[in-house]
Amino acid sequence: MADEAVITSKSYITHHLQNLVYGKLPAGYERDGQILNEATWTFAHSSKEAVDMGFWSLNVDTLGWAIFLGVVFSFFFYRVAKNVSEGAPSGFSNLVEMIVEFVDNSVKDIFHNENKLIAPMALTVFIWVFLMNTMDLVPVDWLPVLAQKLAGDPHFYFKVVPTTDPNITFGLSLTVFALILYYSIKMKGVGGFLSELTLHPFSSKNIVVQILFIPANFLLEFVGLIAKPVSLALRLFGNLYAGEMIFILIALLPFWIQWTLHLPWAIFHILIVLLQAFIFMILVIVYMDMAHQKDH
Amino acid sequence: MNINATLIGQSIAFVMFIWFTMKFVWPLLLKGMEERQARIADGLAAAEQGQKDFADAQEKSVTEINKGKEQAATIISQAQKRGDEIVEEAREIAKKEGDRIKESALSEIEQEKEKTRQELRNQVAALAITGAEQILMREVDQQAHDEVLAKISKKL
Repeated sequence: MADEAVITSKSYITHHLQNLVYGKLPAGYERDGQILNEATWTFAHSSKEAVDMGFWSLNVDTLGWAIFLGVVFSFFFYRVAKNVSEGAPSGFSNLVEMIVEFVDNSVKDIFHNENKLIAPMALTVFIWVFLMNTMDLVPVDWLPVLAQKLAGDPHFYFKVVPTTDPNITFGLSLTVFALILYYSIKMKGVGGFLSELTLHPFSSKNIVVQILFIPANFLLEFVGLIAKPVSLALRLFGNLYAGEMIFILIALLPFWIQWTLHLPWAIFHILIVLLQAFIFMILVIVYMDMAHQKDH
Repeated sequence: MNINATLIGQSIAFVMFIWFTMKFVWPLLLKGMEERQARIADGLAAAEQGQKDFADAQEKSVTEINKGKEQAATIISQAQKRGDEIVEEAREIAKKEGDRIKESALSEIEQEKEKTRQELRNQVAALAITGAEQILMREVDQQAHDEVLAKISKKL
């Protein structure tokens, strides 16, 4: 690839794990042996630069793929939805209707309140996460190398699996968390929500004892509440990151032997891809149901 | 791997996709599917109804046939009876007619017999007179003669 750069295992792996970050480098920043005269908006050339760009930078690659896949999902599902007819469905619309029915049944089984938001959200989460996970099955070098060729830059970073980026998974789970808080307060009121956080699991008829229990209860319930988005995001991220990591390690092998490991891992990974999307959807429905439940 | 504004971008994208699905995808799909479900249910119900109608019709046709058969049997037996009656009647009439014919024939024969007898009597009387005339070869008292003849005629 690059003339001067010798690709070592370490550089190959770290290169694959680095996002394409767009952000602002401050004035006076030393870059490629030069000092920047003024603050510059640019793509990071190294992991260090990416970190130095701070919070207000974007992972263009993973976010771009995530949005692209979301658009793909929206486009195809909208097309099927628009053309849904009373006649016998066929081909792709059959698949779409099967998925919709499956999601609808899952929501009906788990979610016992009236909310028009939950089922569409479950469908979006399921298909979107599934598509983002499926990017993991594209051989690890195809899209990055293509992007390098198109950009004409051998150092071009390009991560194609959005769910291996914690920003993406936390973006999903924190949105869900915001909805949990919103519906908890909407359904139970501020007082109800607070009492749920402070009066369980330890409770007593004696008011003094009950007041003593409040800190312990709050600690337990608060950890439980925070654990929801964190576990939701980290579970998805961890599974896909580990899967991607193994694909990268397999790609380090000589090309003629790679398939012996790549094939079984890819087949196994189909399961993970689908399972993680399913788990994410089910947990979102469960959390939303818990947020709606009035009596604990 | 560091946390940055991608988080916010992803959240915004997520909300937008949920909104899009909720607005444009989910209701349309569910509505279409429900409509189709209703249509299929209607179709199945219609098919069931049709099957039931068919069974009913079959049952009805069987009863109709049985009824027809019964009627036919009644008609046949009635006809047989009627035939028997007609034959019987005819036989009676024929017998009566025969009897009548026989009777009239008998009476005719009787009449004929009587007539013949009368004739014969007259002839015998005439013959007797002729014979007597010849025997006597004379004129007899006509009156006494006739008396004798009447006596003989009565005896015959």
